[in-house]
Amino acid sequence: MSAEPGVIPEDLLKRMLPPDEKAEGRAVAVIECYEEIPCDTCGWVCPVGAVIKPTITTPPSVDWDKCTGCGTCVLTCPGLAIFMVKLDGDVAEVSVPYEFLPVPEKGQIVWALGRTGRKVAKAEVLRVVTSKDKTSMVTVRVPRELAHVVRAVLPPGRD
Amino acid sequence: MPRRLWEHPILEFERGAEVEFLFEGRPVKAYEGESVAAALVASGVTTLAWSYKRSRPRGFFCGIGKCSSCLMTVDGVPNVRTCITPVRSGMNVERQKLMGELPSDAHVDQEVEELDVDLFIVGGGPAGLSAAIEASKLGATVAIADENFKPGGQLIKQTHKFFGSRANYAGVRGIEIAKILLRELQSLEARWLTRATVVSDYVGSKHTLLVDSPGKAWLVRATSVIIATGAMENMLPFPNNDLPGVMGAGGLQTLMHVFGVVPGEKALIVGAGNVGLILAYQLLQAGVDVKAVVEIMPKIGGYAVHAAKVRRMGVPILLRHTVKRAIGTERVKAAEIVRVDENFRPVEGTEEQLDVDMLILAVGLTPSVEIPLQAGAKWDYIPELGGPVPIHDRFLRTTIEGMFVAGDASGIEEATTAMLEGRIAGAKAASELGLNPAKADKVIGEAQRHLEEFRSGPFSEKVVRGKQRIWEAAREVIG
Repeated sequence: MSAEPGVIPEDLLKRMLPPDEKAEGRAVAVIECYEEIPCDTCGWVCPVGAVIKPTITTPPSVDWDKCTGCGTCVLTCPGLAIFMVKLDGDVAEVSVPYEFLPVPEKGQIVWALGRTGRKVAKAEVLRVVTSKDKTSMVTVRVPRELAHVVRAVLPPGRD
Repeated sequence: MPRRLWEHPILEFERGAEVEFLFEGRPVKAYEGESVAAALVASGVTTLAWSYKRSRPRGFFCGIGKCSSCLMTVDGVPNVRTCITPVRSGMNVERQKLMGELPSDAHVDQEVEELDVDLFIVGGGPAGLSAAIEASKLGATVAIADENFKPGGQLIKQTHKFFGSRANYAGVRGIEIAKILLRELQSLEARWLTRATVVSDYVGSKHTLLVDSPGKAWLVRATSVIIATGAMENMLPFPNNDLPGVMGAGGLQTLMHVFGVVPGEKALIVGAGNVGLILAYQLLQAGVDVKAVVEIMPKIGGYAVHAAKVRRMGVPILLRHTVKRAIGTERVKAAEIVRVDENFRPVEGTEEQLDVDMLILAVGLTPSVEIPLQAGAKWDYIPELGGPVPIHDRFLRTTIEGMFVAGDASGIEEATTAMLEGRIAGAKAASELGLNPAKADKVIGEAQRHLEEFRSGPFSEKVVRGKQRIWEAAREVIG
């Protein structure tokens, strides 16, 4: 049980993160969903079968060799619990689900937030993809050491 | 200050023409499609009524016609639930003294239409709509009544995507599920009674129901009845819990998402179950400053993923904390929270004052079971299901011949399970009428399997325990 509600405990997090080599130079999904919730959306929405979800209440895991980093699961997960991470030398690209206004634009500098809302870095927006049902995926560039720290961006204008 | 939302990350508000009505002699601007109460809140009216004995101000609370906070006199008729009354150009709205006085000519010449159907469904939310669809598809003549002027029950304010399985709309927002169900029902023959309050069900060889609506009444005769009346938000005892600005979580969702009205700027949410956590996120989406979510238990009741969504936007979730009192005279000006010990007693000296104008209660729901109880259905008090629940079996049959119950009225659960229960009740009602029993059995079997699957995890343990108790009771009295 997490000491802080809503913040994934360290030991659990370690098991959910891809080994560095799986994310080096390519984006892969990181699923931070560890409870037995009755939901299997990530399982059937993945176009390449990279999400392992044996039963509806089994927490998902990712086959990072299969994952193509397409982001479909990020845009679909009802818990907004899926992120995309790509390591690239000194930097990393982190993609987060986003459902606020305004939607940041490519090239904009935004605050990247940690799991408790702490502003951890100013980050450049590299890409924004918005689904038909209005969930966006915002990809920001952050220092490599923040690859698994940044999990949200602050809506522009709210600081 | 209250405001109307014109932009929202998820919703598009379709407002009708601008209209004007009178509130105690003063013109109020509104949009067609808004409720009177929502329009008043948007225009800055916080006191909608006064309490009978001590004349304390009453504000918007539940928003779906289940509490009594917004009873007003409309065009001379007292005790109108203004939260489920649409605005109309030129209408005259007044706060009333005490109970108000009924005009001598009210309701005397009301038209009464007689209606004969196989199945009558009370409530047009996820359970009622699903029941109507299944029963209609199997060939039953169906009528469905809802108190609101907007169909869809509470789905129409659920902006989040649902969990569950693919077959049960996982990954789809509640607002979209409402559209899907309503579209499907429209393609069938079911009759929809809008703004229709079911007053009573008299059970003889058939069910005879009295249904009231503004300007019209129905006398319905039906072989079967499905009660899908949903639930009512729980209150929490603390000083000043009746101040305007203290609202139910669902009431605020209705204001924000159905009518696009945000009544304040800064909020405290009491209760970190899924409802409280989802609401915190929705308030952030509407640009509200959420000061904290307090939870009296040592852990959150909702899913960690819902908590994570609000934590990463910087909202604190304070465990072992509760609200001590609301502060203000005419409306909420602040809230005092306090830490509690292992016995849930406030720890003196840990009080903290939060600068908020909204104090939102997300402390559970109670099944709305007035009709089955009036009709004489046997019931039991099942804490795991939110309180009083009509005894029912796995087919949602109550102890009254031909009466079913589905959705939150059969025990507080989720919209997904409400839809599944609705399908079972609708199909079973049709099959008992002798309509397509083989096909009905297939529908029922599939829905029962999905229900079992959805309820298989640890988060459903409590509900399953409650359901088992009620099924056990049903075995004794229904057989």
